[in-house]
Amino acid sequence: MTDHTPPGAGGDQRPADPALPGPDDAGTGPVRHGMFGVSGSGDTSGFGGLVRPTWTVPAAERPYGGYFDEVVDALAEGYPDFAVAVRKVEVDRGELTLHLAREHLVGLCATLRDDPALRFELCSSVSGVDYLGTPERLHSVYHLTSMTYRRRIRLEVAVPVGDPHVPSVTGVYPTADWQEREAYDMFGIVYDGHPGLTRILMPDDWDGFPQRKDYPLGGIPVEFKGATIPPPDERRAYR
Amino acid sequence: MSTADGYAASRDTQEGRVYTVTGGDWDDLLASDPISEERMVVNLGPQHPSTHGVLRLVVEIEGETVTNTRLVIGYLHTGIEKNAEFRNWTQGTTFVTRADYLAPLFSETAYCLGVEKLLGITAPRRAQVIRTMLMEVNRVSSHWVALATGGMELGALTGMTNGFRARERCLDVLELVTGLRMNHAFVRPGGLAQDLPEEAPAAIATWCDEMEKEVAGLDRLLTGQPIWIRRLKDVGYLDTAGCLALGVTGPLLRATGLPWDLRKTEPYGVYDEIDFDVVTHPDCDSWARYLVRLDEMRESVRIVRQCLDLLEPGPVMVDDPKIGWPAQLSLGSDGMGNSLEHVRKIMGQSMEALIHHFKLVTEGFRVPVGQVYTAVESPRGELGCHVVSDGGTRPFRVHLREPSFINLQSAPVLCEGGLIADLIAAVASIDPVMGGVDR
Repeated sequence: MTDHTPPGAGGDQRPADPALPGPDDAGTGPVRHGMFGVSGSGDTSGFGGLVRPTWTVPAAERPYGGYFDEVVDALAEGYPDFAVAVRKVEVDRGELTLHLAREHLVGLCATLRDDPALRFELCSSVSGVDYLGTPERLHSVYHLTSMTYRRRIRLEVAVPVGDPHVPSVTGVYPTADWQEREAYDMFGIVYDGHPGLTRILMPDDWDGFPQRKDYPLGGIPVEFKGATIPPPDERRAYR
Repeated sequence: MSTADGYAASRDTQEGRVYTVTGGDWDDLLASDPISEERMVVNLGPQHPSTHGVLRLVVEIEGETVTNTRLVIGYLHTGIEKNAEFRNWTQGTTFVTRADYLAPLFSETAYCLGVEKLLGITAPRRAQVIRTMLMEVNRVSSHWVALATGGMELGALTGMTNGFRARERCLDVLELVTGLRMNHAFVRPGGLAQDLPEEAPAAIATWCDEMEKEVAGLDRLLTGQPIWIRRLKDVGYLDTAGCLALGVTGPLLRATGLPWDLRKTEPYGVYDEIDFDVVTHPDCDSWARYLVRLDEMRESVRIVRQCLDLLEPGPVMVDDPKIGWPAQLSLGSDGMGNSLEHVRKIMGQSMEALIHHFKLVTEGFRVPVGQVYTAVESPRGELGCHVVSDGGTRPFRVHLREPSFINLQSAPVLCEGGLIADLIAAVASIDPVMGGVDR
């Protein structure tokens, strides 16, 4: 679709079965049981006994392909603590992802923005993802765009739910202001150093973080019969 | 001031005296209790015609000068991203289409490009051409609303009536093709919901002629109009550096003279085969944005004409029975439709087709593990879609990078230091759509 990525950048480096855990870490996705989302009822299909292991995208190996090597090299040169700051480099489907240690996020962003060989001027998107069932389940994901070189990279910071602190990048990219508020609102990721980290889409007095995977959903009571339609995550459905 | 009409009377609070003014009663207020201080905090919205939907602006003014602006959003939050996690991949398109309701085909396409990238498939060529063409029709219709509501807010009511009249023609075309005027859910992972109806190319060609006339008409009506010029020129200034810092893209960025357009810089669909210009203007103000939108409509009509020439017969859904939803259904009045021929085939002739149909509709398809970010150039800027899959039949996470949401952050920068009357012009020039802002 986008023709700026040369063929072979990613995709071919995926294992035969991407659902299998990679060799290097505990995986980023939860272990899943069953197929229809029911347990203990009359599921005679046998699908209830299925177990799908945790999944992860394995770390990429050199050469990454395309401009990815150039970007990683320039970043390693421009940011002295690169070796400790970047925990993993992923190349998947023609996209480069750098998994970062949170304390280096702001420094790396400043380098990515200002280094003449990198020039990621635009922070396109900040979003949260909740990988329930993994130790560092809350991910803060940044998509940076270099208008000078027409490149995109993704930064990802993972934090445990008991200590959901991520430094705010608003000092480097002011556009992250509302987006970090949204990620806080929906996932409870606390962005330290944000000028006013308050709820933005949900009401100010809302309890809980609605887009976390363990946030309870509401069912619908059925009139007259005393029954309820269960919430969508408890209904019988293919997973 | 008055309590007879159901509004609360003025009252004392810790912050000072609070007045309720409902319009037409400023004289009463000033006669009874002249405001000693010039500094006032004024609330605009959330229900106010000049705030473009349910947007609330809290404005601190000193005399008529805006000194501080804060935006309150979330009134239209419907949990689109959360909802999409509990339906299958194909149904996801019916959620994202409801985000930016003035440009639904762009959200659908961004989402479907993401799903297709995760699946490792590409929609057939005819589907790409139709997507490109419909997106441009949609861009014109969205820009009509931007100009019409912007005109209304500044008192140019003929601009509004003309704009909505022209938009109606765009919606007629979209209704003819997709069955629905808005929230089409027409672009699906792997292609399109249906092929073009037979009469569509002729109708779209007529539409192109009509739009050229309508755009020329609005141009004649407003561009030389002294009041229109003076309301917009030098209002809401934001230069390239400001746009990049605030993440502002789309017509606002192009109105600073930077020709950044994803249709050119990262072509998707068939944009790389089409000859069109990126419209820019160097002035950085609301006037420049008006001119950019006006000329972009002309470029869009140019693109649509070329897409009509690129149309060749072919499938509109990937040839993979495990992914491609049946796309040969006829169109019903509700945009869904059924096809006697298709039903006869799957019920009477092909058991495999019946099984695939049943499995696709009840279970959906599985998408391999991973995450992607795909972006398209919506009428408001970079519309990105961050899609994460855990290998299941439902999206694990869908995040829309909505240009309305991001661009609206620039409102305080555009307004502060200006007059309160210019605040309306500045917010209108951002063209925020609250469905997209709040999702």
